[in-house]
Amino acid sequence: MAWHPGADVIEVQRAPAPGAARSAWRSVRETLRGLRTTFARIPEGPVTVQYPEEKTPVFPRFRGRHKLHRFEDTGLEKCVGCSLCAAACPADCIRVVAAENTPQMRVSAGERYAAVYEINLAQCIFCGYCELACPFDAITMGHDYELSDHGRSDLIFTKEMLLAEPLERTPLRREDE
Amino acid sequence: MTLPAVVGYYEPWWVQVIKAILIFVVALSLVPAVLLAERKLLGRLQSRYGPNRVGPFGALQPLADILKLLTKEQFRPTTSVGFLFAIAPVISILTAVAAFAIIPFGDTQDIFGTQVGLYGIDVSIGPLYVLAFGAIAFYGIMLGGWSSGSKYSFLGAMRGAAQLISYEVSQGLALLGVLFSAQTLSLTGIVHAQAGMWYVVPQLVGFLIFLVAGFAETNRAPFDLTEADAELVGGYNTEFGGGRFASYYFAEYLNVVVVAGITTTVFLGGWLLPFGLDPPGWVDPIVVLVKLSLVTFLFIWVRATLPRLRYDQLMSFGWKVLLPLATVNALVTAIVVVATH
Repeated sequence: MAWHPGADVIEVQRAPAPGAARSAWRSVRETLRGLRTTFARIPEGPVTVQYPEEKTPVFPRFRGRHKLHRFEDTGLEKCVGCSLCAAACPADCIRVVAAENTPQMRVSAGERYAAVYEINLAQCIFCGYCELACPFDAITMGHDYELSDHGRSDLIFTKEMLLAEPLERTPLRREDE
Repeated sequence: MTLPAVVGYYEPWWVQVIKAILIFVVALSLVPAVLLAERKLLGRLQSRYGPNRVGPFGALQPLADILKLLTKEQFRPTTSVGFLFAIAPVISILTAVAAFAIIPFGDTQDIFGTQVGLYGIDVSIGPLYVLAFGAIAFYGIMLGGWSSGSKYSFLGAMRGAAQLISYEVSQGLALLGVLFSAQTLSLTGIVHAQAGMWYVVPQLVGFLIFLVAGFAETNRAPFDLTEADAELVGGYNTEFGGGRFASYYFAEYLNVVVVAGITTTVFLGGWLLPFGLDPPGWVDPIVVLVKLSLVTFLFIWVRATLPRLRYDQLMSFGWKVLLPLATVNALVTAIVVVATH
């Protein structure tokens, strides 16, 4: 069955195939162009960031290792042990065990506090849902991404580790960067 | 029956021994230098640093590499043929060093009253000697790949065989033009014949053909199908490790130096300087080394630039472009030489 294209079909215009001489010249010219391109990289110098010594600055919203926060004036923990972060966590890496605050031992500003707060960073996918779920902004994502350690159990971060002021090992990107 | 070799003077045996040792020392120190230069320059050509951790500016990197390789286990696949597997890298390294022996680093010098030629040996069949050892060097690759008993090695070796044979013809024919003009096969004689003008000018086509065939003969990019890391995981040297791999590596880089040296000698005027400059004799080796490094830089530069050819492109380029071009070049040179004499 013959196919008859309508009047709206446009014929593709192709350039004529280059002759032997022209294609030979073209390959020589393109080779020289390639050589010039690579040679131009020498005066430009390397663009390498020599990682352990130099670090690429991170953006302010970069999602690195988590941080737990305290109230600056009273020093009480912001976390009230509600476990909303653990419920929001898709990787199921947060474990919270809550306990009642007593007048003798007041840990958090609310009624309860987190007796155990553990994040298994080996399972964490750094999605930041815990930060969004938290009603008191007690947990936020920090900027630290150098998290390698010697064993899996070393990557389970306890409440004390998350509360501690983290080492600022990562440069933050400036406004204009 | 002994064939008379055309050497202008007689060297005592101890001079020969000292020269042999010296040349091996030069070769042994040139190879790590080229290795480092390649890695550093490749880095710069690709906007990165290259090795810069071992020693100042990574200067000790080749040393570290060699140490690492030599302390490794000599592993051998069970499917390999032991005897050939052991001897193949030896053939490679042997032919590379042997070819290096005839590169002249200078004219005959009067050192403490003894006439010494600054080259291993001035054979009366110079380029033929190089081509002969190039042909034997292919056994190193072929036997190495074949005796490994692995399909990648075998493929690499097969490609290597086809490639070396194809390009050796063009390489030899490219040299013919120079030999016609110089009327001699001795490499020092060829350099002396370039006193007026380097052969790169009248033999430009031959020079280019020789250079391209040289890339193919040394199995370097864009003709590195023998190794083809992306497709053949290393080709003929896939199964080699430790000292044997180091030997292959050494031979490969020494081959680059050899081809650069032959190019320098045959086309770039050896130890001669342009514009009628005639420095004292001790400058000659430096001139040769500088020219040699420039040609080596070209090798590295091209490696950083050009992608690998497809197998059929390689073959059709070798047989349909280079070979006819080399033949026509030799014919035209022959006619010109006959007409002007």
